[in-house]
Amino acid sequence: MSRPNPVMVASGCGGTGRELDSLGVLDALGTFVTRTITLDARLGSAAPRVAESPSGLVNAIGLQNPGLDQFLTRELPWLAARKVRTHVSIAGSTLGEYVDLARRLGQSPGVSGIEVNLSVPDALAWGLFDAQEPFQAARVVAAVRRDLPRGIEVHAKLGPDPARVVESARAVAEAGADAVVLVNAAPALLPDGRPGGLSGPALRPLALRCIHEVRTALPDLSIVGAGGITDASDAREFLAAGADAVQVGTALLHDPTTAARIAADLRGDTP
Amino acid sequence: MHVTGRVLTVKKVGAYRHLTVAAPGIAERFRPGNFVAVSIGDLVPRAHLARRSLWITGVKPTGAHGATVEMVVEATGVGTQWLAELSQDDQLEMTGPLGRPFALPKESVTCLLVGEGYAAGMLFPLAERLRERSCVVTMLLGAADEPHLLGALDARRSARSVSVVTGDGSVGLRGTLADALPDLLASTGADVVYGAGSIPTLHAVAAAAEQHGAWSQVAVQVAQPCGTGLCQGCPLPVVGEDGVGRLVRACADGPVIRGDRVRWNELVTP
Repeated sequence: MSRPNPVMVASGCGGTGRELDSLGVLDALGTFVTRTITLDARLGSAAPRVAESPSGLVNAIGLQNPGLDQFLTRELPWLAARKVRTHVSIAGSTLGEYVDLARRLGQSPGVSGIEVNLSVPDALAWGLFDAQEPFQAARVVAAVRRDLPRGIEVHAKLGPDPARVVESARAVAEAGADAVVLVNAAPALLPDGRPGGLSGPALRPLALRCIHEVRTALPDLSIVGAGGITDASDAREFLAAGADAVQVGTALLHDPTTAARIAADLRGDTP
Repeated sequence: MHVTGRVLTVKKVGAYRHLTVAAPGIAERFRPGNFVAVSIGDLVPRAHLARRSLWITGVKPTGAHGATVEMVVEATGVGTQWLAELSQDDQLEMTGPLGRPFALPKESVTCLLVGEGYAAGMLFPLAERLRERSCVVTMLLGAADEPHLLGALDARRSARSVSVVTGDGSVGLRGTLADALPDLLASTGADVVYGAGSIPTLHAVAAAAEQHGAWSQVAVQVAQPCGTGLCQGCPLPVVGEDGVGRLVRACADGPVIRGDRVRWNELVTP
């Protein structure tokens, strides 16, 4: 028996799935995570949206997505037909929107899990429900969990704040999260002064520290590690720090075959 | 295809560097208008994570070194400077061919190809394909000055007539491509205009074509952080067939797009 493929795509770095498929690297993934889907379509922010910083990218995509309806008619059916294990990342402006998103996604074939994006840098600026406080994050997770069938996992994506990550992880776990995803991009600034999120290897030590803290305090909670993983040795570092699975994000923008190569490498480890 | 290419030659061409890279798998799939996304800098540690998109200016599917692709680079920033300093046998990680290519006419029509600076290089494989279809090809090339003018000699091989404009008048007429467009559209009676160059020039191409009742297809050149459609970092404001405005990805939904579909005034010039 081989263990399940622990390599996932990080939200916002895998397009719609079709792009990775056209490069022949979609099937090698354990789980595809969609970009964050909101109830209504979002146009996203103005260009330039991405800036390079040393070993990192600062991005301000502004949650551009086609909205839930379009996602359900144009994107999810393709992923379902393609039999790709799919987690849908969601964000809402209100608790009510989270409930709507969860209810409709829970009834849609092809959804294996929901990743609740609780840590969008500058959530308020994007008009999102502010889930920075752990009790608010827990309210969102509870609302999402309540309306989902048991078979659909709920993952809570948290920000890279080692001082509060244990408190947040405990709160969302008690509210019914099956796993936490550690970590989201860090709040940062684009060179032109607009807010953005920093991702990539620059974030890696911070991500590892967050994983270590949560693993130590909550030994039984499932952890998905993310933050600057670029090769299999990085992935092993995350697993050693306490992650049960890993997500590859920014590295895919640099080399779209990264996640597939890491998955193949890790698979070679299993006797 | 994602491959590690090997640099075969680096030639200085005026202000530019012309790269020929052995890259199996890319040349075979190439269509005019495609580009490659390349990684820059040392791979360990990876300091530069955004990629650079380069137009493919030519391919040779077979040769002494296997399949090769050609690109032209102007050193304007950290990434292009690194590319310009490559030398023979260096490795270059690249993904391609990427992007929507130029649509080719079904019948033999009259075509005007407008190229600015190094971007003009991508029009030469297009000119060849149009000629194979018995289209009448006229080329209009422009640049600030002679060192930045690309392919004026090559153009005579693939086009029936070639016009050149430079900002300083060092080659051809003094002026801009936008100045030269209306007369050339009238004299050639072009049915289709293809454009490659800066955003203001492409805007002028689209506007002039529309005024003359010609179709235009332009290869939009904006910064593309991944080039593969994954990151949504290259928003291109367009009007859809349904008349509704939206932001599409320049790299995956373009970079070649009908000129009349772009909302030019909302496009930030890099």
